[in-house]
Amino acid sequence: MAANPMYQFNVYRIGPEIKINNIDISFTNASLFMVISSLAILIIFNLGTKRSIIPNKIQLLAELSYSFISKMISDTAGSKAKPYFSFIFSLFMFVLFCNMFGMIPYSFTVTSHIIVTFVLAAFIFIGVTIIGFIKHGLGYLKLFVPSGVPMVLLPLIVVIEIISYLSRPISLSVRLFANMMAGHTMMKVFGGFVVSLGIVGGWLPLGFSVALTGLEILVAFLQAYVFAILTCIYLNDALNLHH
Amino acid sequence: MLKKIIFQFLALSLIFTYSAQSAESGGMPQLNPEFWVSQIFWLVLTFGLLFIILSKFILPKISNNLETRKSQILENIETADKQREETEKKVKEFDKIINDTKVEAKNFFNSERQKVLDDINNKRLSLEKDIEKEIIKAEEEIDQLKKTSQEKVTKIAIETSSDLVKQLIGEDINKSSLSAIVEDLSKKEMEKHNGI
Repeated sequence: MAANPMYQFNVYRIGPEIKINNIDISFTNASLFMVISSLAILIIFNLGTKRSIIPNKIQLLAELSYSFISKMISDTAGSKAKPYFSFIFSLFMFVLFCNMFGMIPYSFTVTSHIIVTFVLAAFIFIGVTIIGFIKHGLGYLKLFVPSGVPMVLLPLIVVIEIISYLSRPISLSVRLFANMMAGHTMMKVFGGFVVSLGIVGGWLPLGFSVALTGLEILVAFLQAYVFAILTCIYLNDALNLHH
Repeated sequence: MLKKIIFQFLALSLIFTYSAQSAESGGMPQLNPEFWVSQIFWLVLTFGLLFIILSKFILPKISNNLETRKSQILENIETADKQREETEKKVKEFDKIINDTKVEAKNFFNSERQKVLDDINNKRLSLEKDIEKEIIKAEEEIDQLKKTSQEKVTKIAIETSSDLVKQLIGEDINKSSLSAIVEDLSKKEMEKHNGI
């Protein structure tokens, strides 16, 4: 049963079934890892708030992450994006910790579920669109009309721009979901090869598995970074409209 | 032989895993909407709480820490600069004082040496003067003594010669003529003694 590489993505109920108005909101293994990730972030960063001039290791970690994300935001979205710092920080840390907790064997990867990443991406998309319309009014629609385009091509370009804008939440969510799912599936498949080939032939897939683990940790960080930086870029479009 | 065994094993295991997978495969669990609402609910709850706690309590503290550290570092650098300037000033002052004292010591040494030399000179001069005086005095005394001794000697010679004459001849001789003779003789003797 455990040989199925997709089995690891199964969601199952932990504890009793909770229903509100006939809607099932039971606590599942996905919820468990969301809670674990959030708690880990809160604990680590709360330990990192100690007021000392010379930071200890955890404080250094917290402060380095703070300045890392702060720099990322100011580089991609400018100084106007300062009020959205805490959101992007939470987003990056949440995705990063969910990805990283997914790397622990027999754990569950929250971000390998399209619904989770899609809700995050849709929230970002809607939020960015609202911010854009609040900041620029209907002028935000100029985003779809790039300057310096010949009049003949303009209808085509506008259609393309609108499609690309509307596909943002999909691309953002599918990128993270597919990366996490593919990586974990591949690791599971190679793990299965190790078991089935046994002591004689299992060494090669085992080596692959080890290499893949390293790659997956890199991917876990990279996808969190990409998710956050794309959010910054979308935010930049909404805040500084220059086309 | 070994190759054959390994190959058979590989093929068998591949078949085994494939059959095991195909028997259980029910597609992607991600597309099963059974727990979608639950996942959305818990995502909103956990991420919302995480965002609120981070933005309200934790991130302000971290940014505050960073700010205070920055300002503290700037302040420290400022005070360090100030103190360095002060130190340089003090070092200069110290050098100046040392130089001054060196010059002063040299001057003092020179003046004292001059004084001592002057003193020595003065003393020597006065001593020489005294010595000269003494010498002159002594010479005078010697002259005096020479004179007086000659007179005495001539006197004694006159008296002894007059006594001698009296005893020999038994009569007094005119003292003035005697003294003239004696003086003449003694002069001759003196000349003989003092060398020609």
